[in-house]
Amino acid sequence: MLRPLGAPYRKVRGYFERWLFQLHGAQSGSIVLVQRRIFILPSRYGIMYIIALMLMLTGSINYNLSLGFVLTFLLGALGVNSILHTFRNLARLKISPGRVEPVFCGEHAHFTLVFDNPGTLVRYSVGLTRDGKHEIYIDVAANQSATARVAIPAERRGVLRPGRVTVFTRFPLGLCYAWAYADLDIRCTVYPRIEVATPPLPVPEAHHGNGIAHGSGQEDFAGLRSYSPGDSPRHIAWKAAARGQGLMTKQFSGRADTELWLDWLATPAALGTEARLSRLTRWVIDAHAASISFGLRIPGIALQPAPGDAQRERCLEALAMFDAGRTP
Amino acid sequence: MNAANERLHPGQVGWLLFALALVTLPHVERLPWWVTLLAVTLLIWRIYITWHALHMPPKWLLFVIAGGTIGGIYLHYGRLLGRDSGVTLLVVMLALKLLEMAALRDAMVLVFLCYFLVITNFLYSQTIPTALYLLLVVWVITATLIGFQFRQQQPGFRYQFRSAGMLLLQSVPLMLVLFVLFPRVSGPLWGMPQDALSGTTGLSDEMSPGSVSKLLTSDAVALRATFRSEVPRANQLYWRGPVMWDFDGYTWTASRLGNQLQREVQRSGNPIEYTVTVEPHSRRWLFALDLPARAPAPARLTGDFQILSPAPVSRRTRYDMVSHANWRDNAELQSFEKQRALALPARSNPRSAALAERMRKGVADDRAYAAAVLAMFSNQNFYYTTTPPLLGTNPVDEFLFSTKAGFCEHYASAFAVLMRAGGVPARVVTGYQGGEVNYVGAYLTVRQADAHAWTEVWFTNEGWVRVDPTAAVSPNRVESGIAAAAPQSESLPRQVRGEYEWLQRARMTWDSATNSWNQLVLEYTQERQFQLMERAGIDNATWQKLATIMFMLATAVTLVIGLIMLYRVRAQRPDPLVHAYNRFCAKLARHGVTRHPSEGPVAFSRRAGATRPDLRDLIETISAFYVQLRYGSSASATGAKELMAKVNAFPSA
Repeated sequence: MLRPLGAPYRKVRGYFERWLFQLHGAQSGSIVLVQRRIFILPSRYGIMYIIALMLMLTGSINYNLSLGFVLTFLLGALGVNSILHTFRNLARLKISPGRVEPVFCGEHAHFTLVFDNPGTLVRYSVGLTRDGKHEIYIDVAANQSATARVAIPAERRGVLRPGRVTVFTRFPLGLCYAWAYADLDIRCTVYPRIEVATPPLPVPEAHHGNGIAHGSGQEDFAGLRSYSPGDSPRHIAWKAAARGQGLMTKQFSGRADTELWLDWLATPAALGTEARLSRLTRWVIDAHAASISFGLRIPGIALQPAPGDAQRERCLEALAMFDAGRTP
Repeated sequence: MNAANERLHPGQVGWLLFALALVTLPHVERLPWWVTLLAVTLLIWRIYITWHALHMPPKWLLFVIAGGTIGGIYLHYGRLLGRDSGVTLLVVMLALKLLEMAALRDAMVLVFLCYFLVITNFLYSQTIPTALYLLLVVWVITATLIGFQFRQQQPGFRYQFRSAGMLLLQSVPLMLVLFVLFPRVSGPLWGMPQDALSGTTGLSDEMSPGSVSKLLTSDAVALRATFRSEVPRANQLYWRGPVMWDFDGYTWTASRLGNQLQREVQRSGNPIEYTVTVEPHSRRWLFALDLPARAPAPARLTGDFQILSPAPVSRRTRYDMVSHANWRDNAELQSFEKQRALALPARSNPRSAALAERMRKGVADDRAYAAAVLAMFSNQNFYYTTTPPLLGTNPVDEFLFSTKAGFCEHYASAFAVLMRAGGVPARVVTGYQGGEVNYVGAYLTVRQADAHAWTEVWFTNEGWVRVDPTAAVSPNRVESGIAAAAPQSESLPRQVRGEYEWLQRARMTWDSATNSWNQLVLEYTQERQFQLMERAGIDNATWQKLATIMFMLATAVTLVIGLIMLYRVRAQRPDPLVHAYNRFCAKLARHGVTRHPSEGPVAFSRRAGATRPDLRDLIETISAFYVQLRYGSSASATGAKELMAKVNAFPSA
């Protein structure tokens, strides 16, 4: 019975809210909290305060208390004033997206929001919430900026966006609740979940004879080569750099020149897409930790073997964005 | 975590306890001692809990304490919903709530209750010191409230006090608008609790030996009067109150209904015009100088010239009056009136009755008889005292024949009894006599200590005539007031006795400030509101008009304050150097040389110099100075100012 009525009502309400709250989806760049963006209503305490003032006014009329009127009106004016102050606590704050580190599925993604305060007034107790339950608070000093980190559980592989964040404040009296919606265009890459069990790395393909014969262990220093972006900072020859020879990367014998291919097809199809991606993720991490040069082959993408952090990130990104439906 | 569930810091608890203690302090003198003890105990308990981070006491214990206290309050006051018992209950509940307060939510409720407790103080006192003290308390409460809103850093008590002060100061303009224009309704909306006015002193509708002299110890103000012209002489300042006809041998009583008959009175001389502000005394009389010409609406004038208000005077009341110092009451005395004015209880004060008969026989007429009695008072060793001896069942006999010492009520009573016994109709009038002229505020203050009793006797062809027997014994009482009349050894309130000049002046200034406060703030009623509107040029003021003006002004005030406040969140002004240079460019633009957005200061200076050779030297100096300040290595603190001075000196187009 309700359905035919409910649907148009919800639709109209949706339009109304989109118009009122200016919900136009994510916005790139930063957001300045101008007057049109800030909304304000009495808080729960504000309503209690109004009720208390009503009682005081009635009492003042009944007992002809002139000073009762003075007090009631002073507190009433204080309430009105607190609307202005609470509004001002958000006004003209600039919110910009900050750095976001990729995370693995199952971890928390930490979104950083940078709050810039252009005025000479400290903004105390500016709150942030996504769900209305968990609130975090920051203070933004005058003419300075402060960062707030919003933690969101990364539950699905791919791109995670924080969605609409509510920036709010009840400062200075707690009687009003001023809020603004910030829907910033921030993305966090969520890598696949790391497989808990540790399957052994697949056997590397030897290109130049038997790779294993080159010895074991990365401790065997084999020489320097010029730095290429993505090399692990741990392998940079800092002493050489200090001598002014430029950035050089230490090369180790061992498995450095073996080529390890982490292949989609090497994972059992019975596991299912996500589990197979999890296993490949595990392998990427292990191979990177072992300083092995490794490549990744998943349907539609093949990344040539390379060592280092850049390769790790490239591979993990590819795994994160892997779209099973798009595979040929 | 949600803010409402957040636990309180010890500092926040401290603030709240401090605010609570301050707001309860004025109530302490009115609370039963055991309630004060309980509240202090609970407060210390709460401090102990906070200090040692202990758990709160169990709920059942609090319920037991609450139940016991409510029982105790009921036993003490005999009710729960009166003024005193209500305030006591509120104090106890607040103290108990302290022991239940763990989260921010409870603390916020307590803050609101604190604000509420402030207003209960006004039920007892609305004086200037009370107002100032409670303003301070409101400041502390607001600072406490601000302290609850910090989630990160606690910037400290200075910041809290400063911003609370700012918030309150910014609220003052709107408060004034609301106070002046909010349409007032004359209360009460419902019955006041019976004890709302207890503790007010004043005259009663009975007079027995000692009833007037007990008011002597009170320095409370009875009324204040502002005269249109000069203040009448002291011996004309008879403030007429209850008129008493009935005597039972010990006590004189005023009739509750008042005499309904209207009497024709021939008034002569200049009318005395004045305004009286009478303090609440919970009785119906409004006081006026002898003899009032009319009663201020809605009060009525009785046949014996009492002014009776329709309801007990429960608030400070202001009215305009006209009186005549000289009058002649020509009307005939009705037989029932005569009967009443001659009635004496049988077998009471027999010696006085005998004396009266003897004295009346010795003189020719009633007037001579009255004069003889007065002469007796002044010639025999009758003695005026503020501490008369206690009298028994025949007080007039005892007074006339043995003690011979008394206060005005003894003389008035004895005189009236002697008159009646001698066949002359007489009645007793009580009220106030005299008053103190306040030179600072140019008005007259009449205190309870000025209470007085005198008599009126009825002479054929003359009507009712005022006779003050006290004046016969102690002329000073009537000429110079009670302080001059009472022997130095007898205790009187300091206000009534004379004192050092500077002290007197300070006291008068203070009383004058109190009077202005009463008139302007405390007695700001609907009537005064409409008067004010009329003076502002708005005729036929209605409450709708008031409300409209109030809303318009309130909006305007809020807007102005909002704009001033929001100024601080704007981005800061540009670098003063850039500001000065921009000004310079604007001046040049008016000379016809406009700087292109891409043009640097050096290039611009060269082009401007070429366009206006007459100004070239100045242009180059200023530009070079700017370039040196802004891009050079020598940073100077005063550079911006110097540049601005140079720019200002640059000739305008």
